[in-house]
Amino acid sequence: MAEKRSMQRVLVVLLVAASLSLAACASKKPKAAPPVSGEATNAASGGAGDANAAGAGANADSEAAGPQAGLLATRVVYFDFDSSEIKGAGTDVVAAHAKYLASHAAIRVRLEGHTDERGSREYNIGLGERRAQAVRRALLLQGAIDAQISTVSYGEERPAVSGHDEAAWAKNRRVEIVYLALPTGAAKQ
Amino acid sequence: MPSPATASALRALRRGCISFASLWLAAASAHAALEIEVTSGVRDPVPIAIVPFTHVPADGGLDVAEVIQHDLEGSGRFKALPRERMPATPTRAEEVTAGAWKGAGSDYVVVGRVSALEGGNVAVEFDLINTLTGARLATQRFSGAPGALRNAAHRVSDVIYQKILGVRGAFATRIAYVGVDGAPPTQTYRLFVADADGANQQRILESRFPLMSPSWSPDGQWLAYVSFETKHSAIYVQLVRTGERRQVSARAGVNGAPEWSPDGKKLALTLGGSGGNPDIFVLDLGSQALTRITDDPAIDTEPVWAPDGRSLYFTSDRAGSPQIYQIGIQSGARPKRITFGGTYNARPRVSADGTLLAMVTLDSGNYRIAVQELATSTVRVLSHGHLDESPSFAPNGATLIYAERDSSRGSLGTVSTDGLTGLRLKASEGEAREPAWGPFIP
Repeated sequence: MAEKRSMQRVLVVLLVAASLSLAACASKKPKAAPPVSGEATNAASGGAGDANAAGAGANADSEAAGPQAGLLATRVVYFDFDSSEIKGAGTDVVAAHAKYLASHAAIRVRLEGHTDERGSREYNIGLGERRAQAVRRALLLQGAIDAQISTVSYGEERPAVSGHDEAAWAKNRRVEIVYLALPTGAAKQ
Repeated sequence: MPSPATASALRALRRGCISFASLWLAAASAHAALEIEVTSGVRDPVPIAIVPFTHVPADGGLDVAEVIQHDLEGSGRFKALPRERMPATPTRAEEVTAGAWKGAGSDYVVVGRVSALEGGNVAVEFDLINTLTGARLATQRFSGAPGALRNAAHRVSDVIYQKILGVRGAFATRIAYVGVDGAPPTQTYRLFVADADGANQQRILESRFPLMSPSWSPDGQWLAYVSFETKHSAIYVQLVRTGERRQVSARAGVNGAPEWSPDGKKLALTLGGSGGNPDIFVLDLGSQALTRITDDPAIDTEPVWAPDGRSLYFTSDRAGSPQIYQIGIQSGARPKRITFGGTYNARPRVSADGTLLAMVTLDSGNYRIAVQELATSTVRVLSHGHLDESPSFAPNGATLIYAERDSSRGSLGTVSTDGLTGLRLKASEGEAREPAWGPFIP
């Protein structure tokens, strides 16, 4: 009984905390969390611990469906362990996107580099960047122009799948080609 | 003629009360969202009895003796006498019959009082007694707001640890870490701070995009970290108490691995630039001046300051595999390789006294935490997991906290730098990773 009562108390605390954070999330500002004291005054002035609304410039980076024909529907290039060499099926995928970008100069892509979970996190950011840059160079060599391409490395931070074996790791060592929306006012191709 | 121990206790008394009222602490919610389990301890822990403190007036509040016992046993260096086996319940040194406690198997006894002060504050006083000699090794008083009682208990633990083991305890410190839950590809990332024992956990940031690499400012007031909330990496500094924050680097390419300089005025960080080649830089937080430290086609990242602030240790794969190097921050300095054993040594951290380097090392196919004595280059592997990472020294240099991922969930582990003691802190839900142990708070 005592345990049940304390559980209920915990639930009440959680609900209050959740409603506070929901209320706080309504704020559009990318404010950080209220201070530890949890005093109402601080919570009101401190705003929410919510980085999701931090969207300044998000419109410029909105994602688009992009082309879907043939190989262009494939948006992921996979890599071997500790390698940034594009090979096998990845070569054809990158070539198809390069050709498309070369003939659609206003279209922009973001290359997102990823690694598996092994090794240290910031070093993996470096490895993911190396993979994204390998795809970038391949696109440039095949006719895309620099202004069409941006890169970001998420390292091991955004796995495609969970799991701690080679099958999962192979799916996570990748570069994702993300098509971006045309800037407002840009001519549609 | 007082014994040396008594004299030292008298000196401590004359130094007077140590106030913790200025500390900023959580008054509400003391729920431990991190659960602790001791994974290893020394073969001969110090037997100690921590007698329940008397509360005047009786307030039914925090069991201070229990918090102290939890701290000391959690260190793996102490074994506490169960309360039901205590021969008496003294609350002052004068009431302690040393022989009776020696008979019960305790080498030391801690007794104490919690009392309400005028104006609403509370005071915690304690005595530490050696049962063999009867000498009083410490007598100290901490006072502050009632909400700081838990912190006062940790400060008592710090003193006991120092008096008996000769090393300042790091119980009254805080940790920061990243919490992650949800299944890929839609995960939620949160930045938390908590007491070193996992209590008083507070979320300071939440995002649908990765949060990484928290680093404490040397005064324990600020955290620097990496956030991908704009779909690109950027470095922020945030005042923990108010949540106020500012973006300090959102340059093209990688913005990563911020580490505060010992003087608190600069950040070492990794910048990739549009060409995507990560190198080490130093950013002056006041002037915004950026100084390049390394320039190499390899991945140079994970910088950390030597305690004197004059050089940085960092990870680089310039020799083919990741190894740790050291470079002076003056212009024209050349890097010196520090690690030579094995094919993978990364993510360096340095103990506050500058003698030990902690890192992630590949050890028979497993990523584990190791320390290298910088003077002798002797390496000891300390952890036993498969995917251990992100070591961070306690400010006393006696313990490391790190992230491990042995089951499907990530949790935090600690290990003493002699490898003898350890414990695990498990998040009540989701995964905990990237712990950063904060500094001593005055």
